[in-house]
Amino acid sequence: MYQYDKYDQKIVDERVEQFRDQTRRYLAGELSEDEFRPLRLMNGLYIQTHAPMLRVDIPYGLLSSRQLRMLAHISRKYDKCYGHISTRQNIQYNWPKLETVPDILADLASVQMHAIQSSGNCIRNITSDQFAGVAEDEVEDPRPYCEILRQWSTFHPEFAYLPRKFKFAVSGATHDRAAVQVHDIGLYLVRNEAGEVGFKVLVGGGLGRTPVIGKVIREFLEKKHMLSYMEAILRVYNRFGRRDNIYKARIKILVNATGIEKFAEMVEAEWSYIKDSALLLDQKEIDRVRAQFAPPEYDKDAAADSTFDDHLASNQAFAAWVDRNVKTHKVSGYRAVVVSLKAPTIAPGDVTDVQMDRLADLIDEYSFSEIVTTHDQNFIMPHVKQADLFPLWESLVEQDLATPNIGLLTDIICCPGLDFCSLANAGSIPIAKQINEKFNDMDYLHDIGDIKIKMSGCMNACGHHHVGHIGILGVDKKGVEFYQLTLGGSAENDVSLGDRLGRGIEKEKVADTIGQLLDVYVEQREEQESFLETYRRIGIEPFKERVYPKKNLEEKVVASANY
Amino acid sequence: MQIIKDKKIVDDNWQRFVEITADEILPTGDIIVPFAYWLDNKKVLLQRDSRLGVCIDGDDETEEVAKDIEHFDLIALDFPAFTDGRAYSHACLLRERYHFQGELRAVGDVLRDQLFYMQRCGIDSFQLREDKDMEDALNAFTEISVKYQSAADGAEPVYKYR
Repeated sequence: MYQYDKYDQKIVDERVEQFRDQTRRYLAGELSEDEFRPLRLMNGLYIQTHAPMLRVDIPYGLLSSRQLRMLAHISRKYDKCYGHISTRQNIQYNWPKLETVPDILADLASVQMHAIQSSGNCIRNITSDQFAGVAEDEVEDPRPYCEILRQWSTFHPEFAYLPRKFKFAVSGATHDRAAVQVHDIGLYLVRNEAGEVGFKVLVGGGLGRTPVIGKVIREFLEKKHMLSYMEAILRVYNRFGRRDNIYKARIKILVNATGIEKFAEMVEAEWSYIKDSALLLDQKEIDRVRAQFAPPEYDKDAAADSTFDDHLASNQAFAAWVDRNVKTHKVSGYRAVVVSLKAPTIAPGDVTDVQMDRLADLIDEYSFSEIVTTHDQNFIMPHVKQADLFPLWESLVEQDLATPNIGLLTDIICCPGLDFCSLANAGSIPIAKQINEKFNDMDYLHDIGDIKIKMSGCMNACGHHHVGHIGILGVDKKGVEFYQLTLGGSAENDVSLGDRLGRGIEKEKVADTIGQLLDVYVEQREEQESFLETYRRIGIEPFKERVYPKKNLEEKVVASANY
Repeated sequence: MQIIKDKKIVDDNWQRFVEITADEILPTGDIIVPFAYWLDNKKVLLQRDSRLGVCIDGDDETEEVAKDIEHFDLIALDFPAFTDGRAYSHACLLRERYHFQGELRAVGDVLRDQLFYMQRCGIDSFQLREDKDMEDALNAFTEISVKYQSAADGAEPVYKYR
């Protein structure tokens, strides 16, 4: 993985001291609340319901065991012994004290980490495919380009005060696991007809109040022009994006108002001036960064092992875990393991200090000391030998990190909601708990199969509800929590925004309502159809009718019950 | 009045007019007028024997300003709020695309913690908001010494040194 050189280290060290001074000036009254807010946000620090919340960047989700141990240490020393993995592959601490944040940043800097631009109206942490580097369907590893973009965007002077936040995602695979099409800028590594690898560039996607699917602005961009083209897009946005209304300030609104053709013209015109400037990316730099993502030294004999098959045949629980939580790897004899942070009794995406420490030991032993956070709030151990899967599983079971539910109903994306977040209108975590309590039969969950439930406690959509197969949006109606359901969303290649089912559901009925939706699916599905496929075939009406039976139908049912 | 220029606190004699009424008579000396006023009063302004500056805001198109750029000794960039980042792009364009050699001055809601970004975009003088300490603000220029990306300050991306 990427290792900081003296320049990278200096920049995070200097940032720590800069923020220490900013915090001091704020506490001394030299900086007003309004003056300090953007500064602290650009260091990931929010003021929340109970306490400040600190969001720490995990660029493209990749962590070493040393970094993971530091994250555990921070949760123990400054917080309440746990962290929360976010949908931008970052980690959030819910209880730090404002005065201690400079010390936390110093601890992070000691392991080549930071919280720079993890919030604020600037370019945020760059996300990617959690299987980057090990996926079988990869054109090229996207992480070197994420890292180059990270450096370019860090303290970019022209784009420090954009109209609104700005999110990048980069994927190098044919299967989009990074929700690229719902980002302000989405990049796919693709091969053109001449066989060269470059980028397909999308712009103007995003969730939030107004969900929009990104549009292709350029089918093929040479790698050397990556930075100049991004700069052209950002410059057009910085100049012409709306600043009068926070809800209309994202680039998606500008692109929709201008029209993608006209917007593309503006970008291309801007780009024509700067494409051959100092922004031209040296191949030497691409090669330098790529070399740092070279594959580890895999064991050539890994596939020769036979113990894995023996364990599969003899241990049902292990086999169930392998079926759901173990994924293919481009190297024969290796697998990528998904560590489930969706055990029934915990808030989705939460991980304790003890678990983090134990995971650090396990990746040292089994995964070349690397682990990856995922946008659906789990971890990946990217390089596990098949022979090691069984002992690894046993260790994960001990830590309650082996729930065999990846991709199933209980593998829920869930924002912190009303329990922590000052923006939220409704709770998310209690609904996740309710769903886990109702759907606790593993056989039923396996029968339902692949389904993505995504939940946000307010319309800012941190839980990506628009792109859940079932989306849940918490709303506040006169002080009472209600939940609006959407069906048929997807963030993958077949991207779509969910359709609204109907009026909000009372809090205590959310899981039951999901049960009704699943009943319709089970009755109507054909062969191996997934929930999403069935929904796309039959449409929303059968689901609507089940959840909101028509009046006369209700009366009939009541009438017949009387006989 | 004192301002920060080229990272030092200096005395300054420019007089800036935010609004100019139709019958107002402008004093002698170096003046900064709104860009819109320049557009309507070019002839008169060109007859003066002092230095001339214009002030642009976020809505002014840099392309329009560039057409008359040879007449300006100074261009002031107004920050209505320190969080309004449009002037960063204006500054970059004026320096890099239109090769403006005169003084680029930040005015308005100009605070210490944005000076680093401003000077990297080619702004070389700063009229700090009145209630802020200029000595303290000078620290802003030395807090971050590594520059990852090229910008209008002429810096090369740091990778060139690797």
